[in-house]
Amino acid sequence: MTMQAATELADAEFSQVVTTHRPQIFRFLLASTRDVDQAETLTQECFLKAHRNWGGFRGESSVLTWLMRIAINLQKDQWRNRRLQFWRTTRTNGVDVDEASAWLPSGESSPEQQLLARERVGDVWRALEKLSGRQKSIFLLRYVEEMDIAEIVQATGLSEGTVKAHLSRALGRVRQQLGGRA
Amino acid sequence: MTDEGNKAGEVFAELDDPNLRDALRDFRSSVHTWSDATYSAARTAQAPRAIAWRRTLAWALSLAISAGALSGAVYERHHQQMLADQQHQRELQLEHQQQVAAQQQHARESEDLLAKIDSDVAREVPSAMEPLAQMMTDDSGVR
Repeated sequence: MTMQAATELADAEFSQVVTTHRPQIFRFLLASTRDVDQAETLTQECFLKAHRNWGGFRGESSVLTWLMRIAINLQKDQWRNRRLQFWRTTRTNGVDVDEASAWLPSGESSPEQQLLARERVGDVWRALEKLSGRQKSIFLLRYVEEMDIAEIVQATGLSEGTVKAHLSRALGRVRQQLGGRA
Repeated sequence: MTDEGNKAGEVFAELDDPNLRDALRDFRSSVHTWSDATYSAARTAQAPRAIAWRRTLAWALSLAISAGALSGAVYERHHQQMLADQQHQRELQLEHQQQVAAQQQHARESEDLLAKIDSDVAREVPSAMEPLAQMMTDDSGVR
């Protein structure tokens, strides 16, 4: 196989990866940032970085966990930059809890059930605000992306025990928030 | 049921608190709905916020500069027009004053001339002509 053919094949493979996983990476970053513009920018950066390193991907983990790891690292860099530059850019396009909680599937539930669901979703968002970045990421990977513990371990680079501990603390926070309402 | 549904079931089945389970299910559905709704819209976004902000600022600045230049030009034109009008008014006034002065001068000269004529007419008869003048007076009674 010539060099050019190998490159073309790699590009075709990567295009498939983008098509398959881009919505999921965007969703994870949207839930992490609650900011559509920021989520889109970070998603673009994630795939740009992945494309640059696609040749080095050995398949030791799934493509999704590899992409999630890149996304988590990008987000970590962004938090760091934001802490340093908080005095420069205080304005964001992030939406507040009420706005985020308004997104519910248009099912067959009654208005009362919709209202209840909205309140519960708002409570979860409020609980997430009190979590550390790492706890939040682990929580979202588990309960929004439905990854199992082994996948979260690969995506975060943490040990299984640490992941479980963070998850337990995050759930405790959510339970506490829900209990506060009840 | 799909694989995703099975997986979701497993993730939430381990939660023994039904309130927590419902809340997390609702949260997952909410995030999925929001993401699905905004994903296609977000992909059509043209520029990152920083670039969009800079572009807006550049537009605002260029608009302000254009407006400033335009209003400056209008003001300058208006100012020039006003100065020209004032100059024209001054010239008209000066011309009018000159006309008045010329008329006054002419009137004075006419008056002087008339006064000179009057004085000439009113002057006493020269002494050489006086006997003739007396004679004319005496004869007037005869006639």
